[in-house]
Amino acid sequence: MPNTKTSVPFVGTTEQAAKLQAVIQRHKGQRGASMPVLQEAQEIYGYLPEEVQVMVAEGLDIPLTEIYGIVSFYSQFILEPKGKTHIAVCMGTACYVRGAGDILDDIANHTCCKSGGITDDGSVSIEATRCIGACGLAPVLTINNDVYGKLDRGQIEPIIDEYLEKAKAEEAAEQE
Amino acid sequence: MAKTLEQLRTIRGEMEPEVAVRQTSHDEVPSEIAQHHIMVCAGTGCVAAKSMEIIDEFNLHLEKHGLQDKAKVVLTGCFGLCALGPIVVVYPEGSFYSEVKLENIGRIVEEHIKGGNVVEELLYHETVQEDGGISCLSETPFYKKQMRISLRNCGVINPEIIDEYIGVGGYEALAKCLTELSPEAVIQEVLDSGLRGRGGAGFLTGLKWQFAARTENEVKYVCCNADEGDPGAFMDRSVLEGDPHNIIESMAIAAYAIGASQGYIYVRAEYPIAVERMQVAIKQAKEYGFLGKSILGKGFDFDLEVRLGAGAFVCGEETALMMSIEGQRGEPNPRPPFPAVKGLFGKPTVLNNVETYTNITWILLHGAEAFKKIGTENSSGTKVFALGGAITNVGLVEVPMGITLREIVEEIGGGVPDGKAFKAAQTGGPSGGCIPNSLIDTPIDFDSLTAVGSMMGSGGLIVMDETSCMVDIAKFFLEFTEEESCGKCTPCRIGTKRMFDILTKITEGNGTMEDLDALTELSAYIKDNSLCGLGQTAPNPVVSTLEHFRDEYEAHVLEGRCPAGVCKDLLQYFIIAEKCIGCTLCKRVCPTDAIIGEVKQPHEILLDKCIKCGACLDACKKFNAIIVK
Repeated sequence: MPNTKTSVPFVGTTEQAAKLQAVIQRHKGQRGASMPVLQEAQEIYGYLPEEVQVMVAEGLDIPLTEIYGIVSFYSQFILEPKGKTHIAVCMGTACYVRGAGDILDDIANHTCCKSGGITDDGSVSIEATRCIGACGLAPVLTINNDVYGKLDRGQIEPIIDEYLEKAKAEEAAEQE
Repeated sequence: MAKTLEQLRTIRGEMEPEVAVRQTSHDEVPSEIAQHHIMVCAGTGCVAAKSMEIIDEFNLHLEKHGLQDKAKVVLTGCFGLCALGPIVVVYPEGSFYSEVKLENIGRIVEEHIKGGNVVEELLYHETVQEDGGISCLSETPFYKKQMRISLRNCGVINPEIIDEYIGVGGYEALAKCLTELSPEAVIQEVLDSGLRGRGGAGFLTGLKWQFAARTENEVKYVCCNADEGDPGAFMDRSVLEGDPHNIIESMAIAAYAIGASQGYIYVRAEYPIAVERMQVAIKQAKEYGFLGKSILGKGFDFDLEVRLGAGAFVCGEETALMMSIEGQRGEPNPRPPFPAVKGLFGKPTVLNNVETYTNITWILLHGAEAFKKIGTENSSGTKVFALGGAITNVGLVEVPMGITLREIVEEIGGGVPDGKAFKAAQTGGPSGGCIPNSLIDTPIDFDSLTAVGSMMGSGGLIVMDETSCMVDIAKFFLEFTEEESCGKCTPCRIGTKRMFDILTKITEGNGTMEDLDALTELSAYIKDNSLCGLGQTAPNPVVSTLEHFRDEYEAHVLEGRCPAGVCKDLLQYFIIAEKCIGCTLCKRVCPTDAIIGEVKQPHEILLDKCIKCGACLDACKKFNAIIVK
């Protein structure tokens, strides 16, 4: 469960802020609005840093402590941004008995990124996720929401490299 | 629109011939509808295997051949055989194409749809007989012993089109309740059916409704628990994806029975497709007047909202789930008061699981008597299981209660693959236990499973072969519950942590026999003193493995050995010098340079440097010169 403060500096655009305000207005007054608003806020920003939590708390008129209490309780709310390439390895039972643990170790070794962490340059993050319900494809993982299933050890590294190279190329193109 | 009963019947009359084609194998199709129905599974498993692209590809090829009017591509729910996805079934024959690839589509359209010849080599091999004849899906070992009630519409209708649901008799049960039955009569029917909650605990659904109905209050709620958090269970997801209107209709019936006018469906956010289909279905139901004011003109109001979970397993517990809908931390509350008396927003609330709801419409249409005839005396009806792990036919199966574990594993599941031996089946997820080979003839019903130290749970059924270490599995589940414990009550928060620590110690080779006693003692304490179901059942994986696989625990503790070869700290890797040809492959893949040796000379592993990652073992598959012991 996340309980650390965000270490990456927060950068938000006025566009994002306007979107969030619209979401808050839409849900204001609704019973149990905090969860849906936080979910949409995370969709807008990609994560929920303190600055966003403050906006939600003020907008919904709920104490910040309560908002932080909710954010830190649910594992889907994250306080750190995800990496450009985000790898989520399913750790449901079906995947686990088919070797997902080894695959997670391999990926961590291969990318030099800890499970549950993000690399210093923000390029890769790895998550050991709860069962995603695709047990027919066990062991299964997702890279930026693309699903890869029925994996054997050694198969996934070249696929990850493709994503990393693509991200690098995109970054280079952006700088030009 | 179906604002009245007559309008509902008109739509049903129009749609019935369409959906009837897709129920079983047919010889003829009425001339006024499409002659071929190409059903493409769009459940999460198949979508991940690119079934949406397959739908587009089919449409493209049909258009190319000018066959759009002759054949119809239908997006549909889960067929169950997820391991063989993406799945395409073509009616009227009921030909079952498995593991369909994009490049196969052109051939299926050309030869099958246009030419009238089933493409035999692309069919699921079990449907092709030795003499070349093609059998119907329902005759294959996987389907033969199944009985579909909960999943009856999955694979038959397009879940995104309300008319198709009406075509299979959808919203008739609600219409019957509103026009013919009093709320008391509805509850009586559910009571008579003996339906027990499919979420795990197996409480009588009718009784739950009766409590809520008898509590007087102007505002009441009905909720649907679709927070399917058990790892390895995906039956609720499949129903939401394949038959969302069934849930809406059943919840409306529950609301009518207890006197509620607002409902909430609490869905895991990890199920994006399910959420989307549910929202589409709610929108359609509103347009058709099955949700909203005075449904079917009978003065009964009901509205429904989807709420998303945010990844907290404890929210599957009813009081925690309601806290979450209220927008708070999902921490459970002591019961009593039970939700039927004081639930969501402090009002009387009925909360049922997805699978439970799917039975309601069936019971009201076919009668409690018919339902009672299925299954066993104390567990009537069917149960859906998500069959996974070390089993050939991974997928979703629905079986009558009372079937034995052996029938599910060996016949329906097709046994353990790769010639390995069945070791145990785990049911009930983190709340359940492991059933060993010696108890494989246990009938599957609520009471028998509890008697062998497991539980029905929501229906995950994970098969394990000899390569699974039972101590490691117990540790896997305790790590899960320890992480998911909400922390509100001490026995669960600290108890599961302590159990996890002890199990870790054992798997690292540092356990003592006293640790095994401590596990037993802690288990009893946590079970008796925890606030909610999560804590009360958390020790089950340990208790059942200690009971049935004590020898494995003792091997770890007394001999420092992991019989299954899983616990890394107890393993050592060696190179058999006689088998090693010095190809250097292992040396190159070793991440810690723990392997030494010259080209064409036998290599050696430095045990103090080895991190036991297993990379060398995989690299040496050709010569098998590396062993683990």
